[in-house]
Amino acid sequence: MPAANIQVSETPLVLYALRRADDALILGHRLSEWCGHAPMMEEDMALSNIALDLIGQARELYTYAAKTEDKDNDEDKLAYLRDVRQYRNLLLVEQPNGDFAQTLVRQFFYSAFADLYWRAMMTSRDATLAAIAAKSEKESAYHLRHASEWIIRLGDGTDESHQRAQAAIDHLWAFTGEMFAVDEGERALIHAGIAVDPGTLRSRWLTTLSDVVGEATLRLPQNDWMQQGGRSGRHSEHLGHLLSELQSMQRTFPGQTW
Amino acid sequence: MVTVLEHDSELRQRAWDAAASVVDPEIPVLTIADLGVLRDVVLDGDHVEVAITPTYSGCPAMNMIALEIEVALERAGFREPKVRTVLSPAWTTDWMSEEGRRKLHAYGIAPPQSSHSRRALFGEQAVTCPQCGSGNTEVLSEFGSTSCKALWRCKSCREPFDYFKCH
Repeated sequence: MPAANIQVSETPLVLYALRRADDALILGHRLSEWCGHAPMMEEDMALSNIALDLIGQARELYTYAAKTEDKDNDEDKLAYLRDVRQYRNLLLVEQPNGDFAQTLVRQFFYSAFADLYWRAMMTSRDATLAAIAAKSEKESAYHLRHASEWIIRLGDGTDESHQRAQAAIDHLWAFTGEMFAVDEGERALIHAGIAVDPGTLRSRWLTTLSDVVGEATLRLPQNDWMQQGGRSGRHSEHLGHLLSELQSMQRTFPGQTW
Repeated sequence: MVTVLEHDSELRQRAWDAAASVVDPEIPVLTIADLGVLRDVVLDGDHVEVAITPTYSGCPAMNMIALEIEVALERAGFREPKVRTVLSPAWTTDWMSEEGRRKLHAYGIAPPQSSHSRRALFGEQAVTCPQCGSGNTEVLSEFGSTSCKALWRCKSCREPFDYFKCH
């Protein structure tokens, strides 16, 4: 019999950790889909390495969430036994890989944000979150540099690569607003010095984007209408398909280990 | 009392030496002590607990390293040894020993440079070829065969090589 969904006591702190963990796991899973398919060997290794970093970050955050919740859950149950509505990741990270440009633009938008986010979280009053952040920011610096170099190469490359990179930017732009949104519970954690206020990162994030996109001879969209929903569990149809693959083993053979 | 203390410190040294003999499964010339992954060995009676710091969040070698520490300690006569992972302070290549750097170079991997240059978005790095010693090298990919390595090529001898990237 397939394994049932777990119940999670979603206190603001548990939810806070889950949101960050879900971002990392879902984006890591998306990148792992390139394994064996990337346009060249070096990129195959790069995307798989970045996926590994992200999944490692997710594990630490899930472990922390489970410990904070203090119920019967653990990192594996949180990853494998929550349904789509229980996932709290950004809509951005669940978007399909598309072509190589779309994958790299998604990665660039996220890495530019995550790099600032982890650095800010290093001063969290919560010692575990600060430690996870200190580890993650070292990795995100490499992720951002990798993605930035590709944006420039694609934008300032051929007509075809330029057009595809611009199309990816235009397509994914509406999913970036959600990175800076916070709800009431998270606002309280920010006031307590535990969570990061993403609003304070927005102008620096935009500066990074403008610098790189400018050098790539691309442009950022002018429209500011933003799609939201991921943080409260309302996802695009893509996440359900992703989870059915990610969770199929544990759903079919509950408790299965290596 | 003095003898007890001496006995304890001797025992702790034995445990440390056993743990420190474990090598990185991906780079078998480096021990976890060379890498700076081995942080502490705590003795409580006959029980020993080893603290390690992961290199990269998702590095698959960490599980294997933890397992091999337990095996090494069991072999050295410690029963039910424990391995604890500590996240803070975060591991950095600045902790790699001089001995470790020397061994890496001899193995054909360029050792990590100081970590302060890591933040430069498009900063130029100068890495010396571990084969021929030339400084005329170029980066092929920031991500190599394992999390901790980047792929470089020497423009003088044309050999590709791994660079243990700073972190």
